[in-house]
Amino acid sequence: MTPSGQNYWRSLDELAGSPGFRNWVEREFPRLASELQSKSTRRKLLQLMAASFGLAGLTACRRPEEKILPASRTAEYRIPGKPVHYATSMNLGGCATGLIVETHEGRPTKIEGNPLHPGSLGACSALAQASVLGLYDPDRSRFPRKRGKRSSWADYAAFAEELFTPARQGRGEKLWFLSEPLSSPSLEALRADVLRRFPAARWVEFESVPFAAVNRGAELAFGQPLEAVFDFARADIILSLDCDFLGHDWRDVIPIRQFSERRRVDSPASKMNRLYSVESLFTLTGAAADHRLALPSSQVLGFARELAEELGALPRKAETKAGGAGRQRWLSVVARDLREHTGACLVVAGPRQPAPVHALAHVLNARLGNVGRTVAYLRPSSRPALAGFDELCQAIQSNAVETLVMLGVNPVYAAPAEAGFGDLLAKVAHSIHLGAEFDETADASAWHVNEAHYLESWGDTRAYDGTAALQQPMIQPLFDGKTAAEVLSFAGGQSERRSYDILRKHWLAQWPQTEGESRWRKALHDGVVEGTRYPLAAPGVPDVKRVDATARVAGTQGVEVTFFADSSSFDGRFANNGWLQETPDPMTKLTWDNAALVSPAKAQSLGVRDGDIIALTRGGNSLEIPVLIVPGQADESIAIALGYGRRQCGRVGRGVGQNANLIRSLVTPGFVSGVTISKTVRKRPLATTQEHHSMEGRPLIREATLEEYRRDPKFAHKADHYKDLFSLHKEHSYEEGPQWGMAIDLSACVGCNACVVACQAENNVPIVGREQVRRGREMHWIRVDRYYSGDPEAPRAVMQPVACQHCENAPCETVCPVAATTHSPEGLNDMAYNRCVGTRYCANNCPYKVRRFNFFDLNKGVDEIGKMVFNPDVTVRMRGVMEKCTYCVQRIQEKKIQARAEGGRPLKDGEILTACQQTCPASAIVFGDLKDPNSKVAQLKQKDRNYVMLGEINIRPRTSYLARLRNPHPELG
Amino acid sequence: MADLAMKNPLPPDVPLVLGKPSYGEVTDAVSRIVEKKPPRVWYIALAVTGTFTLILGAMLAYLVATGIGVWGNNNPVGWAWDITNFVFWIGIGHAGTLISAILFLFRQRWRTSINRFAEAMTLFAVACAGIFPLFHVGRPWRAYWLFPIPNADLGMWPNFRSPLLWDVFAVSTYATVSALFWYVGLLPDLATMRDRATTPWRQRIYGLLSLGWRGSARHWNNYEKAYLLLAGLSTPLVLSVHTIVSFDFAVSVIPGWHTTIFPPYFVAGAIYSGFAMVVTLMVLARKIYGLEQLVTMKHLENMCKVMLATGCIVGYAYAVEFFTAFFSGNQYERFVFVNRAIGPYSWAVWIMFTCNVFAPQLFWFKRFRTNLAVMFVISIIVNVGMWFERFVIIVTSLHRDYLPSSWGYFRPTAVDILTFAGSIGLFLTLFLIFVRFLPMISISEVKGIIDAPAGKKEAA
Repeated sequence: MTPSGQNYWRSLDELAGSPGFRNWVEREFPRLASELQSKSTRRKLLQLMAASFGLAGLTACRRPEEKILPASRTAEYRIPGKPVHYATSMNLGGCATGLIVETHEGRPTKIEGNPLHPGSLGACSALAQASVLGLYDPDRSRFPRKRGKRSSWADYAAFAEELFTPARQGRGEKLWFLSEPLSSPSLEALRADVLRRFPAARWVEFESVPFAAVNRGAELAFGQPLEAVFDFARADIILSLDCDFLGHDWRDVIPIRQFSERRRVDSPASKMNRLYSVESLFTLTGAAADHRLALPSSQVLGFARELAEELGALPRKAETKAGGAGRQRWLSVVARDLREHTGACLVVAGPRQPAPVHALAHVLNARLGNVGRTVAYLRPSSRPALAGFDELCQAIQSNAVETLVMLGVNPVYAAPAEAGFGDLLAKVAHSIHLGAEFDETADASAWHVNEAHYLESWGDTRAYDGTAALQQPMIQPLFDGKTAAEVLSFAGGQSERRSYDILRKHWLAQWPQTEGESRWRKALHDGVVEGTRYPLAAPGVPDVKRVDATARVAGTQGVEVTFFADSSSFDGRFANNGWLQETPDPMTKLTWDNAALVSPAKAQSLGVRDGDIIALTRGGNSLEIPVLIVPGQADESIAIALGYGRRQCGRVGRGVGQNANLIRSLVTPGFVSGVTISKTVRKRPLATTQEHHSMEGRPLIREATLEEYRRDPKFAHKADHYKDLFSLHKEHSYEEGPQWGMAIDLSACVGCNACVVACQAENNVPIVGREQVRRGREMHWIRVDRYYSGDPEAPRAVMQPVACQHCENAPCETVCPVAATTHSPEGLNDMAYNRCVGTRYCANNCPYKVRRFNFFDLNKGVDEIGKMVFNPDVTVRMRGVMEKCTYCVQRIQEKKIQARAEGGRPLKDGEILTACQQTCPASAIVFGDLKDPNSKVAQLKQKDRNYVMLGEINIRPRTSYLARLRNPHPELG
Repeated sequence: MADLAMKNPLPPDVPLVLGKPSYGEVTDAVSRIVEKKPPRVWYIALAVTGTFTLILGAMLAYLVATGIGVWGNNNPVGWAWDITNFVFWIGIGHAGTLISAILFLFRQRWRTSINRFAEAMTLFAVACAGIFPLFHVGRPWRAYWLFPIPNADLGMWPNFRSPLLWDVFAVSTYATVSALFWYVGLLPDLATMRDRATTPWRQRIYGLLSLGWRGSARHWNNYEKAYLLLAGLSTPLVLSVHTIVSFDFAVSVIPGWHTTIFPPYFVAGAIYSGFAMVVTLMVLARKIYGLEQLVTMKHLENMCKVMLATGCIVGYAYAVEFFTAFFSGNQYERFVFVNRAIGPYSWAVWIMFTCNVFAPQLFWFKRFRTNLAVMFVISIIVNVGMWFERFVIIVTSLHRDYLPSSWGYFRPTAVDILTFAGSIGLFLTLFLIFVRFLPMISISEVKGIIDAPAGKKEAA
């Protein structure tokens, strides 16, 4: 029985435990299936199911117990049906994004960026957008387990109280901790307490997606621990050394915000930054770059050295010249361009690269006078001496680990297979795992404690610059999960056991007693804690000698394999998130899979085609993975996304893709060399959302260089060969009320997918699964089209978000026989779902193919918990009806009603934000009233770069695009 | 009508009925088929086609229970086999109406032996065609919203600007008029069947169906006026139905669809496919039921000539489409046709060309026009080709339209294939039932074209 519900049963089958029902349970709750097979079936079944089904009665009224403060004005006058917003923050691999979460009757449904938070500035990433789905994941771990058997928090607490005593652990000689890089002030304090209580205990910060090299490089260069902070907005020239700062190499969206600010060109007189990118796989950064050099990741160190020598930052060595004349010319132009922009340029190295490359980047930035301008160094809070993951493995090997506490990490899956961590874990007597899923590590651990989702937890985080933010729960933990602080509290020796108490105690201790309560409230309200940014540090002069000595270029050996954080599952932690699985990779457009990305030339020499499975073997471990041919991939480099091939995972992520960790190395986590490739005869057809990659010479994305634009500001209209079009139908007058329209700046857009997931969350867009994506039935209301152009050897890529264009003469409307799609007086192309019979004629007649048909009842399998994520303001569509972008009509209506309630005041420009616009880190999407000449969107539509797609059909789309500009160096063309 | 045919001033160069049968012999020859126990092959055929009809029912039930996703349709190919089959079946029906109405008005006496047959085919084809637009919608239980009923659910009219709505009117009118025309033509023969019936059930049913026909002069007078009026009503329908079906495509903005040649092109294609289907079925029925006397080589040859003519029109339309695309200078339009010729669906396009344009060229030669085996094979080839024509128009235009990012490829599922096979089964089942219970050749009309009897017994 559950605290709030009765014991419901849904069918007689369920009561009787018929084979069909058992079968269903087996699919639904795989771990319970074995229990059901045992002899005491019926009683046991009811006991087990009662707890699970009881949750059906818990769909609402789960407000957290402690007092929380909303960001909106009126907490106590909560109006049913009106959403309440709370500030919180999400940590991803040690770097936080501040968020504002929309809740409906106690259910978080939608996530937005927090404009006050330095790691968000109002925007957030696709991963943050999708994290709300993770809260309602029915496959989350629901209770603590001891050796895989169901246990309880009380049992664990009793066990832990006894275990973490100096009497048992002594000074902690055999006590180890494993966590993600901590970026939580209260957890850091707790860690200090733990290490004070057990001075001999060791703490390992484990990261599957490497990031630490950035700061290790700073330490190497300057001899002190420093946190490098980059300001892309102030840099006129940016050189990226294998760094996808616009994509998977960064954990927040600030670089996109800063970079795109300098891509938005107002008039021919405006200036624009220039980006050079050296990278092995084709990333979003490479797509945004004005010049891109495809180079295997292992050769980036050589390139950086040569550049440093060219710029006089390192003593010149003649023998280091590598590559052909093209590369040398490229390098010398880059060097000159950087030198000419001393103090206003930026060199940034990717976290995949080892510390010496980062050290070289720091040396270059110092040499180019960028320190204090485009790059700043901050002094982080003091950290205890940490151990490495390899040390932990050795310690276990030599039986020197008795207790291992793993906080929110999954090393059995995510550590390189060569570590053999799964087997090692069996040697640890007390292995304790805290995780949201019953994952691979949980399965191998003695104790598993189910972790609370961040939206149901108290906690705190740090942004990239150290700014702290509080996390507050919006809902009582659905499965009574616990936080890292709660698990750690046993070892810290405190009396507080609840994370709220731990957190509050920590922060109140930081503030003067009289101000404590008001500052606590303000921090909760704002989502940031004032005055917590790391202080600026004077880095001093880099130690060029030391850098020179470490940055040794080794000979390259054969094909390398690089690893990157997946845009969907990151390092595997989001593998069970259906929204993310179905979000196409921004470059490859691959969904529900990872693949070995190879260049066309390499594929030809290997004799493989898309979907052919190859075997990559390294050190006795073999990875069999399908090939995906990607233009722009460096020839001697193969890239594989992390985060796939989860064995022990929920229903969504299990068996999706292949585990790249099989062939990774502990020493060089970013890439490995010396991999042997062999072909297999098997194939796995991949599900991509875009099968054609050329624009076929059509004027869809219009593009020019800055120079061309200055010569001909109206270049975007050269492709419009029409005038004075007329319609056979009576046209709408569009005189009443505001007239909605949108402008998308293709110069600013980097194609990060945040809009895609934001739209999915806002509009209850269903997922369809791998097979249906392969059939071309994905449901996204907004998609990002990616086209390749230029020389196939050195291709460029361009991005274009496409949603319903809300044509004034909409071709979909005239052909619908039942008038299910019609025009609103405000210029919206409305869709009446309950009138739609589903002829699909409108979709056929849509020239942009943005309409989406419900081929099946896609919301059929959603259980009671899954339903909680739905936005109650948006209809959930049934099968057989058409759907598409509405310009977020529910948001328009909400603000209109609000304006009317406030005395019929006019709507302000920018008051209504569409979901895609609100989250866009590049601020590329602007929505508003076209009739108001001062609105931002009306102004943008006056710009000479403004054009519409397919204007010649006389459909008069309300969404227009601002032509894309590039800023190539005149000498590289 | 028999009367009208008699008034034809032109003497027939070739006899339309062989062997100078008497009126009674004509009556016997046709009625016997219905009165006797059917041949073994009929039972076997019915078993096969009946099975396919059941499969059709099962597939449709599965579709309604699950969703359109059981077919291969996708985004961008919103219509595929469903609408291909619809246009295909509607096209098949056209021969019937053309033969009964237009050839009647043009005093083409040779039509009399085949018009009943062809008209029945029209009705069954329209029945098959009707299934697809009904079941291709996502929510078939709401399909009645397409009818202009200001219904209680939402109290709104349909959208009169939509070609799909025009389709509803065109097809339902067509089905109604065709059924009436066919039934009115059947009346004298139903009376014959009634009079010849030997069992009470047959007497009663045929009696009921023949609406008290006694063959009086007044009856004949009214009958012939009604028949003439219905022929006049049907004639524009031959042109209008497929014109309006072609509007489904021509009125859209999709390259490959948006073209003004579609109405004549579709009508010619419809007649073409309809005649091909008549030939296919007629050759078989003539053989099985020994109707060589009434359905002569002259009839078949004429139908081959019609196929040759319409086949050439269709071929010309293909060529014009290519030329217009080139001449338009519109890159999207040009691409569609380049894509048809060499794109992923070029196999379908070349099947279409081969079957529809090249195969019927054999009919320039009398040897082939009068060879049963050749015409049977070619008629089937043309039917295949005409199905592919609709597939090519619908799917190749949709699968690659304006934005290359949303290009896709359509593959049919087993359900697609079985549904289409099932519709063929339904068509043939209806046909088998028709030849079993109704005179497949118009007895009264045939009598109008044979020489006056020399003192033999009068039937009916």
